[in-house]
Amino acid sequence: MRIILCSVFMFFLFPLNIWADGINVGLQLEPPNLDPTSGAAAAIDEVVYGNIFEGLVRIDQNGEVIPGLALFWELSSDGKSYIFHLAEGVRFHDGTDFTADDVRFSFDRARAANSTNAKKYIFAPIANIDIFDDYTIMITLDRAHPDFLFNIGLGDAVIVASESAATNAINPIGTGPFRFKRWVRGDRIELIKNNTYWGAQARLDWATFKIITDPLSAYTAMMAGDIDTFPNYPAPENLFLFDRDPAFEVVVGLTAGETILATNNKKTPFDNILVRKAIAHAINRKELIDGAMFGNAQAIGTHFAPNHPDYVDLTALYPYDLNKARGYLREAGFPNGFKASLKLPPPIYARRTGELVANQLSRVGIHLEIENMEWAQWIDQVLRNRNYDLTVVSHVEPMDINIYANPNYYFGYDNADFQKIISDIDKNGNAAGRAALYKEAQRKIAEDAVNGFLFQLGKYGVWKRGVKGMWRNYPIRSNDLRDVYIEDNG
Amino acid sequence: MGHYILKRLLSLVLTLLVATVVIFVMIEVVPGDPAAYMMGLSGSTEATEALRSELGLNMGAWDRYISWITGMIKGDFGTSYTYRVPVSDLITDRTLVSVPLTIYALILSTIIAIPVGVISASRRGGFLDTLLMGAAQVGVAIPNFWFAILMVLFFSTSLRWFSAGGFPGWDAGFLECLKALTLPAISLALPQAAILARVMRSSVLEVMNEDYIRTARAKGLSKGQALMRHGLRNALIPVLTILGLQFSFLLAGGIIIESIFSLPGLGRLVFQSIAQRDLIVVKSIVTLLVLAVVVITFVVDLLYAAVDPRLREGKRM
Repeated sequence: MRIILCSVFMFFLFPLNIWADGINVGLQLEPPNLDPTSGAAAAIDEVVYGNIFEGLVRIDQNGEVIPGLALFWELSSDGKSYIFHLAEGVRFHDGTDFTADDVRFSFDRARAANSTNAKKYIFAPIANIDIFDDYTIMITLDRAHPDFLFNIGLGDAVIVASESAATNAINPIGTGPFRFKRWVRGDRIELIKNNTYWGAQARLDWATFKIITDPLSAYTAMMAGDIDTFPNYPAPENLFLFDRDPAFEVVVGLTAGETILATNNKKTPFDNILVRKAIAHAINRKELIDGAMFGNAQAIGTHFAPNHPDYVDLTALYPYDLNKARGYLREAGFPNGFKASLKLPPPIYARRTGELVANQLSRVGIHLEIENMEWAQWIDQVLRNRNYDLTVVSHVEPMDINIYANPNYYFGYDNADFQKIISDIDKNGNAAGRAALYKEAQRKIAEDAVNGFLFQLGKYGVWKRGVKGMWRNYPIRSNDLRDVYIEDNG
Repeated sequence: MGHYILKRLLSLVLTLLVATVVIFVMIEVVPGDPAAYMMGLSGSTEATEALRSELGLNMGAWDRYISWITGMIKGDFGTSYTYRVPVSDLITDRTLVSVPLTIYALILSTIIAIPVGVISASRRGGFLDTLLMGAAQVGVAIPNFWFAILMVLFFSTSLRWFSAGGFPGWDAGFLECLKALTLPAISLALPQAAILARVMRSSVLEVMNEDYIRTARAKGLSKGQALMRHGLRNALIPVLTILGLQFSFLLAGGIIIESIFSLPGLGRLVFQSIAQRDLIVVKSIVTLLVLAVVVITFVVDLLYAAVDPRLREGKRM
């Protein structure tokens, strides 16, 4: 009997994880597959970007472009040709050599007619790819595209090998500091250190991404010690519990996610700028941030990341003022307001913000009927068929103000002046000139009150004290673990 | 007996066939496109179209139904749109979590429920009966997800005896897996045990009033002996029915518990596949679940026949 009791006891006490030289990373959404060059799921990049796959250049946690597989590059004076000097002695995880041919293969694959690359437009300007030798490659664009360098730092432009490209979705083979070990679908993705990495070696021996969908389970998993770090903790409402616990560190950073009250500018009455201005004045951002995000978000007045050097703070352009809102509504011919629908996608930030927005707009007589929908439904009705009035959603792509220049995008904003600003930015190689144009673009959409600009979605990093080197911000959705280590503090 | 089995088998096949049609039609009606879902907010129409043809979504509905059915008969369930792996692999992995979890939960609930039911019945109206049935009442009333969270807070975050969730995989060892399934199995088992205990109790009480028990008592058997030798087997028939229903329910209905414990089970796979419009996975799993329910019902029918000789002779009660 005593033996049974003992073994039962041991069974419960046996530590699940005895290695301290690796890290368990919590992830709320499971990536559908592990190929970052197909499809758009941010969760793919959250696992593979910088860890398994690398591009010619990398984007760091401040959104800066730094050398990747290209150690340095030269730009021709007309801004059209880049000569990339590639790292030598780099091997893919399956042992094949990395050369200029792989770069050409990757880019040709991404711009091919049957490409399923979600950001195919990145490669559209490429006119010519010339290989000088195995480690020197020249890429010529149809004209100067100053964004090109940043764009090829995105996960959609990582370098893949012709031998493994077709199977990267299930068995990713890259050049990064970690290699793929296995994927227990629905549970976890295991990476191990790449001991033959060409650059500075990763400091962790392994990294396991554990999929924890339920926000409450994210809390218990952290508290139980199953997870060492949650780079983007899904429940802002209980961040304070970690904040006051000395065993954890909470780091609130920014994402590239502008959360907006997207408005159907083609549909009455929202095609009337007076109505949109009334909505802008009726929105109380502080109340939204406190109520929906528990104070952990930054107000925005336009569609631009507040930590970007060219950001203009336009939150005071249409301050919260119910009288002004009512005035604009009267002027627009809706003295008693009107009824409209608000279609909300599933993320909790959207649902909570949407409910508060509906309440705020009701103060000026705009009565919103909330319709909660799944992503697939939302994409079908709102994004694709533009069958909506208002919606709340976060646009997480970095530097995506150019979506306002597309008259067929779901905002339905068709403004020649704005389109000209964006095409000028695209042509302008001068940094100061571009900055001025970006500011002009921000002002234009803010003044036109194209959408309700609410807040920048925060990145809520929670980790055990002693975990070092995690990214603070999400300029792109990446958990680059190459510099992460766990400090031994006894 | 043979006739009985044949009749049951025929109804099994017909149910399945009707189910595949219903499932296919329902999934066709649901709006949403898997390719558009995968391309997200910024995907170009061109890339989405390329993905659609890559996934074979451009075929007509009838062609897709036929290729789905013929594939399934051959054991080929197709390839998941989002995961890009064979659906059968996905289902196998998830089944290896959900089925053991369900069996674990049912064993626990049976171990608790049958003695509780028998004891309560034999002490009918007594203190122990009141206590046990009161506990069962509470067990039925408590939502299992709430109970699960309490257990996690206590056993995982405070005592740290168990991890708060996740599943190590069977190659990590039987004990590790058993441990990972313990809290979820208890959460699933308790409400089921409470229901089962109540059924068991009333079933035993009913049986104890039967003529043959009186005869057995008159023969000189004690109350307990009469129950064990003659009563229990008869009392188990309604319990079997409930167990069969519970098995099907737990197999697919564990989704909330699977979410709380981050277990990669079938329920979560269905839910996720529906959200991502991975329709080929949804269709296959729902069909398999229908198959499971139908087969379990069939097995329960056979078990009835085993415990009740009258059924073997083709006469139904």
